[in-house]
Amino acid sequence: MLRYLTSRTLATIVMALLSTLIVFLIASLVPGDPVLAQLGDLAASNPEIVKAYRAKWGLDLPLYEQYWIFLKNLANGDLGISISTQRPVLADIRQFAPATVELGTIAFILSMAIGIPLGVAAAVGRDSWIDHWARFVSLIGVSSPVFWLAFIMLTIFYGWLQIMPGPGRIDPIELPPPTVTGSFLVDSALAGKWELLHTVAAHLVLPSIVLCAATLGLITRTTRASMLETLGQDYVRVARAKGLRERAVIVAHALPNALIPVVTLAGLAYANLLTGTVMTETIFSWPGLGLYTFRAALALDIPSIMGMTLVFAVVYLLINWLVDMSYAVLDPRVLKR
Amino acid sequence: MSELAAAAPVAAPAEPRRLTAAQRWRRRYGLATLGGAIIVLWIIVAIAAPLLAPYPPDLVDVTRRLKPPSSEYWFGTDMLGRDVFSRLLFGARVSLFAGIVVVILGAAFGTLLGGIAAYAGHRAEEALMRFTDLMLCFPPIILAMAIAAAMGIGTLNTMAAMLVVWWPKFARLARSLVLVQRGQEYVEAAHVIGYGPGRVLLKHILPNSIGPLIVLVTLDVGHAIIVFAGLSFLGLGVVPPTPEWGAMVSENRQLVEQWWGATFPGLAILSVVMGFNFLGDGIRDWLDPRARRR
Repeated sequence: MLRYLTSRTLATIVMALLSTLIVFLIASLVPGDPVLAQLGDLAASNPEIVKAYRAKWGLDLPLYEQYWIFLKNLANGDLGISISTQRPVLADIRQFAPATVELGTIAFILSMAIGIPLGVAAAVGRDSWIDHWARFVSLIGVSSPVFWLAFIMLTIFYGWLQIMPGPGRIDPIELPPPTVTGSFLVDSALAGKWELLHTVAAHLVLPSIVLCAATLGLITRTTRASMLETLGQDYVRVARAKGLRERAVIVAHALPNALIPVVTLAGLAYANLLTGTVMTETIFSWPGLGLYTFRAALALDIPSIMGMTLVFAVVYLLINWLVDMSYAVLDPRVLKR
Repeated sequence: MSELAAAAPVAAPAEPRRLTAAQRWRRRYGLATLGGAIIVLWIIVAIAAPLLAPYPPDLVDVTRRLKPPSSEYWFGTDMLGRDVFSRLLFGARVSLFAGIVVVILGAAFGTLLGGIAAYAGHRAEEALMRFTDLMLCFPPIILAMAIAAAMGIGTLNTMAAMLVVWWPKFARLARSLVLVQRGQEYVEAAHVIGYGPGRVLLKHILPNSIGPLIVLVTLDVGHAIIVFAGLSFLGLGVVPPTPEWGAMVSENRQLVEQWWGATFPGLAILSVVMGFNFLGDGIRDWLDPRARRR
């Protein structure tokens, strides 16, 4: 157990380090000059300004030295200074992360809470109307582009029916709740501001539906397939033969086993939701890491892009690591290999 | 669609049921045929766009701006008075081209790398596959976005950026497929006859493991079209005023009353992605009857 744990953990750390190198190389080797993107045409035509700018940000050093500096700073928890916001990248990340975590978590809960029951119902009532309906929902979820789904949702529920608030985490005239956890839901509840809580929740509805659509489709499909397979197993037949009620057969016998592939998929789904918010956040003006990364990419803000890509890769690796650990718990055979 | 969906177990026990020949055919080939038909239709549209489009796609005419759909302008006109229907037809060229080319090139490179890794074994395999894992831990959109931004926008640049993040899943799949085949007797026989590794890999192993690759390629084109359209939507894809579906949604997304400008290009993406999903699922069921969807 310990050996498996340490080897997986070491591998994860090595991968995280190597990922910084990849990001660094891509950011440095592709054409496209951050100086030009930052200074604008007028200042960029003055060689003195360009030189001073390069020296200030260490852009005039050889590549390996730039990378070494980056790694050394990283060891001290310093991701460099964002060229576009002029603040430490870590401070930016700290500011923008809570919005993304809140949105991603709600979307994750939503996709599980709807996807699993829908998949089970589809499998139990195979070829019934609910099966067709579940297939339709997951097909739309998997096939429609996020940015378009967001447009349709905003147009219908915000523009036409006006039953949903527009983009952003809260209405522009309102003040955010005092920061405790960074989650507006939790913070406004802690502060006892119930009306604000209502606004915050309402603002979360459309973005989280849009964000979870693809994941919901995947979860529904996987649950249905896994449930169908489980329902054909001998022990399910035995349970039925014993005269158990159908409900007990499904919930107590089939479901726990059918959920194993879903649980392992859930980890990856959560990672994808947290790291895949760029489109949703850009359209809903959601002040999270996705929107931040998008702006950094447009401004060719290399320290920010590197920091963000690193953060996303580490989140992904971390969740994969957790999934690996959970394999060991769910399926003890893994350890014997 | 992702490789997760492609790999999801869809096995279920058969329940004896009597079906007519037509029903059986529909069950076996219906979905794939529908998907194939949608794709063929869009390819024809893309090729024949200049013949089919009632107006030039970039024709600006402010006197007819924001006209709702009518018999004259089927899908209405946008803010600059351009015909949405004509732009949509021309948009098929960019979107289909980008999606198909990125996936084919990505698949070719990934398959080659994964195949070589599995075939070579030892250190080379370890190094190549760790590199693949490394590339897989980046969220594709983020990495493609960063590269596209740094290279400057343009259809080809964006496709190149996507290519960088597109090959790893094919490398992984190809490796696992070749590993299965490597131990087979016919491979050994080919070696004994004296064929070189390149020939064995391409002429013997590849044809025997092409099925799952074709499924992933088909399912993946839809995904690539969505990602390309998404990058265009963010302003990191095509150069305006190129008609492209993602860019069209972006141009018209602020218009709430004039819903048609962004709705129809989105529906176009949806239909073509569904087409590729149907075809991919259909091919998978056909190649692997055990996994057939009921």
